[in-house]
Amino acid sequence: MPPIIDVAHLVKRYKKADRNAVDDISFAVAPGEFFTLLGPNGAGKTTTISILTTTLAPTAGTVRIAGYDAVQAASAVRRNVGIIFQNPSLDVNLTAEENVRFHAILYGLYPFRPTFRTMPRAYQDAIHELARILDIDEAIFKPIKTFSGGMKRKLEILRSLIHQPQVLFLDEPTAGLDPMSRRGLWEYLTRVRAERGTTIFLTTHYLEEAEGADTICIINKGKIVSYGTPAKVKAELVEEYLLVDAGDRSRLRAELRARGLTFAETPLFKIYLNGDSVQTIIKAIDTPLTLLQTHTPSLEDAYLSIVGEP
Amino acid sequence: MTDLNAIIAIAYRDFIKLLRDPVRLVSSLVLPLLFIGILGGSLQANMGRAVGYNLLVFTFTGILAQTLFQSTALGVISLIEDRENDFSQEIFVSPISRYSIVFGKILGESLVALPQGGAIVLFGLVVGVPFTGENVLLLVPVAIAVCLLGGAFGVILMANLGSQRSANQIFPFLMLPQFFLAGIFTPIRILPVYLEVLSRISPLRYGVDLTRAVFYAGTSDYEKVVLAGVGFNSAVLAGLFAVFLTAGTVLFVRSERNR
Repeated sequence: MPPIIDVAHLVKRYKKADRNAVDDISFAVAPGEFFTLLGPNGAGKTTTISILTTTLAPTAGTVRIAGYDAVQAASAVRRNVGIIFQNPSLDVNLTAEENVRFHAILYGLYPFRPTFRTMPRAYQDAIHELARILDIDEAIFKPIKTFSGGMKRKLEILRSLIHQPQVLFLDEPTAGLDPMSRRGLWEYLTRVRAERGTTIFLTTHYLEEAEGADTICIINKGKIVSYGTPAKVKAELVEEYLLVDAGDRSRLRAELRARGLTFAETPLFKIYLNGDSVQTIIKAIDTPLTLLQTHTPSLEDAYLSIVGEP
Repeated sequence: MTDLNAIIAIAYRDFIKLLRDPVRLVSSLVLPLLFIGILGGSLQANMGRAVGYNLLVFTFTGILAQTLFQSTALGVISLIEDRENDFSQEIFVSPISRYSIVFGKILGESLVALPQGGAIVLFGLVVGVPFTGENVLLLVPVAIAVCLLGGAFGVILMANLGSQRSANQIFPFLMLPQFFLAGIFTPIRILPVYLEVLSRISPLRYGVDLTRAVFYAGTSDYEKVVLAGVGFNSAVLAGLFAVFLTAGTVLFVRSERNR
């Protein structure tokens, strides 16, 4: 199956900038995939998502979404994607229903009508369904000023799905949400994916949000620094080892060699796990040890170490 | 068809926002009413006899056109800031054409400006501006035309200004001279050459003169007040509208995407 998002050698340099905000990145996303673009602030995530959603022109490279070129066929791309912005995109002066209604009209789903009651039956049913999903009943006809942050985010997602986009872009959607709302949002998104098979393109700087993805693409300073499944990225980034020492170092050294273990002397002995468990390695060593430390950093530690340098 | 519906939806949203925020309507009226009541009143009392026509009525017609023009222009310029906030982000990523977005916004801001115009007309009645029913009826299409011109003027400014901050700084410099060059409360029938040139390139001049051409039609003051006829002013308005809207939208979209 051809990729639903295909990015080749994408470059963006803002006017008057002395370096590329996005610097020759390429990746592809398969239909139905959950893809995460992970990186610290200023890495180029929002620039990338802006180009993919056609609001920003690339300096070089090509972007194809759902088979359409993001520059040549911007309107067709927009029709096929839904976007959740970093900043809330609901109009606080309008009711939740009005926010949804205007969206539906902009996407050509229904003709313009000034009130809910004059809208077509299909639309009214869709709204009732939406209110049921959000569990808000009549509040859907209230100004969204009264909604909580998590509720607003959910409403935005529901709204962005009503034109049945093939790809849903989410630009740091959980920024500013409390942990409860964040979890609720993720549960909801997971359900959406399962039910509709919508491709999800997420940007985040929260690693734990990326760990549930099919593919993680870590960018830093506009370049891809790691790419693949969470397991692959983890294996690439995380260096797991045992740190040991013995009174009789030459015996230990000989034993490690005999067992075929990879190690380095610093002068303490760093034994790399290479996929083995800590227990397997310890069992293989008979030399009495004077020191034993395990070093199994989390993905977060590894992530911070690659993006952390100034 | 989608675009037509979208244009109406964008315009309707602005109108609803006005209805839900009546304080905005009231506060937007303070300055125009001060100009008409205090400036117009004092001009008439001191100099009305010298110029030979009623300066309160003159100021009233000028301020009416200026308010419609300025309100719509400022409303359209707010798109610069809006596109990163609230629902406007949604509008910019929807599949409708950029022209439809800009035109919908102009219509919406016109719908916001027109009630202000209505309130100014009411105030005119209160302070004794002589009206006929026909006057009021004829002013409706004129008011719409002036709003559209102001909106298109806003688009061309927006296209050339990168941020709301620079827009807020530049706008008074472009608007204030037009208060005088368009003859809102000062007659401009006779001007030195350099001011004549500046006056003729002020878009607001044609909006104000069209308003007066319709308002004063059939009165003895027409010849003293109106500079050009309805036909000429309408043609200039239509031309400026088309140029501002087209060029402004093209430039705006380009500057947006080629950041």
